[in-house]
Amino acid sequence: MKTSTEILSQKTKKHQSLNYRDSKWGYLFIMPMLLGFLIATVFPIIATFAYSMTNKNMMSRTTDFIWLENYIKLFSDKTFKNTLVQTLQFTLLLLPTNLILTLALATLLKDKFKGCGFFRTAVFTPVVTSVVVWGVLWKYIFQSDNGLINAVLRMVGITGPQWLMNVDLAIPVSVFVTLVKGLGMNMIIFIGAMLEVPRDYYEASSLDGATKIKQFFYITLPNIAPSIFLVLILTTIGSLKVFGQIKALTEGGPGTSSYVMVYYIYQTAFKNYKFGYASAISVILFLMIVALTLLQWTMRKRWVYYED
Amino acid sequence: MKIEQMTSKQLKSRKQMKKFLKYLVCILVAAVMLFPMYWLFTTSFKTATNVAKYPPQWWPNPWTLANYKELFMKRPFIKYLWNSIYVAVLMTGGVILFSSLAGYAFAKIKFKGNNILFLIILCGMMMPIEVTIIPIYTALSGLKLADSHVGLIVAPMFGYCGAFGTFLMRQYFLTVPTELIEAGKIDGASQPLIFVKILLPMAISSISTLVIFSFLQSWNDYLLPLVLLSDSNKFTLPLGLSLLSNEDGMKWELVMAAATFSTVPILAVFYMCQQKFMESLSMSGLKG
Repeated sequence: MKTSTEILSQKTKKHQSLNYRDSKWGYLFIMPMLLGFLIATVFPIIATFAYSMTNKNMMSRTTDFIWLENYIKLFSDKTFKNTLVQTLQFTLLLLPTNLILTLALATLLKDKFKGCGFFRTAVFTPVVTSVVVWGVLWKYIFQSDNGLINAVLRMVGITGPQWLMNVDLAIPVSVFVTLVKGLGMNMIIFIGAMLEVPRDYYEASSLDGATKIKQFFYITLPNIAPSIFLVLILTTIGSLKVFGQIKALTEGGPGTSSYVMVYYIYQTAFKNYKFGYASAISVILFLMIVALTLLQWTMRKRWVYYED
Repeated sequence: MKIEQMTSKQLKSRKQMKKFLKYLVCILVAAVMLFPMYWLFTTSFKTATNVAKYPPQWWPNPWTLANYKELFMKRPFIKYLWNSIYVAVLMTGGVILFSSLAGYAFAKIKFKGNNILFLIILCGMMMPIEVTIIPIYTALSGLKLADSHVGLIVAPMFGYCGAFGTFLMRQYFLTVPTELIEAGKIDGASQPLIFVKILLPMAISSISTLVIFSFLQSWNDYLLPLVLLSDSNKFTLPLGLSLLSNEDGMKWELVMAAATFSTVPILAVFYMCQQKFMESLSMSGLKG
């Protein structure tokens, strides 16, 4: 009796020491990532908030604490207002077109058939291409004088507009370029979701005489709703962060007519050296992205709950 | 009987018609998606006079290598290529090393604060570099490291790439049965040994997903090098390309050659393992 308790206590002791040793390894293993993460991500976020309340300027080399002055200035900043409106325009143009086209492409390419791999790869190719290559390429295609589009238009007797130098066209053209680049990504997400919808649903409904179109609206769409929501949020966040294609295509122009959030941050901080003011814009962008992400997380929880 | 045959025949022809239409649409889509790449590629082999021609020349005639010659002889594009490769390799290597270590610890080792620390890193996945770039720049320039590759390697490694990597590796290691680790412990193996000998080889699929994701992120990164680098010897391919396209009197055929040159390596790898690529990148979309 005595011996068995002794053995037991010895065992737990050994177990505890193993666990203790384990937790030491645990901290050691996460240490590099955690430390790096604190230095390269957490600290910069805090610093962005702090900078946003200063007038930090790399030209005049000042850094005074000015509380919320930057934010108040943003209210009356006409360029900022335009930037917000243009970012919103960009998002509102991109979201529906992207959703409809990617759903159509996913429906077209979800089933295995001869050559479907090739077609999927074709749609996905621009996703892999860098945003600068893609932007520069389309800048060439959209050139007013010897661009391909205007040359083709000229062949059928139409004088094409100055796509990239037109105040009304700069944003739609950038949206188009972004749209084509991103189709493959969302298509793959939707194909994954569509393949998870149980086959029986379709079989049962086709016995009841449902058409393909009805099946799409009454079976596919409701069943992939969580993925649709996810794609909507991701695309919105993506269009809030858009920068490379704007820089390559229009440089924010003509004037400021294609300024978007990140372009204005870039311009303010790294061309005009107003770091404090640019940080205030960054904070606003940050809050927008956090809000969207939280929305996505809570909605996903709700969906998971329903599924249970 | 006769009626049934009729309908089955009709059905068959209708089915074929549908199939034909499907292929037609698919081919149209593929043409639209691939045409820009075709235009990029062929323009880079055209002569200056032919690029300016109207109507547009659909097929280069004659083909010329002059643009590539200028790119390699007179412009430092080989240097940019090397910079791009080595930044991407170091960044990817770091991401793999640190996030598989952290992912394993978060999944399989019990220690205080495990969950809360993981949650902090998880939040990092949604933190875009666009928001943190100003302090990253000031910190690096304070250390006299702004105009170097350090920032290009370290910022994504311990930013969204590392956070996504940690998440991905943890997800994988959660599926590994704990008995396997226990068995290793009973045999007297220490945690590092168990990790290197047993777990890492098992995780090869997740690791390759992460390699593709990180390498592509680094290869195509634009904002960070644009903000940080000023010495043109240190430029990466996207930055070199954007510099070239903004030159006074820039030549489109030369720009297209540079763009082709910076796309071909990554496209070649993509076409070799496109299945894995698509899987990896769509995973990164689902990370949220």
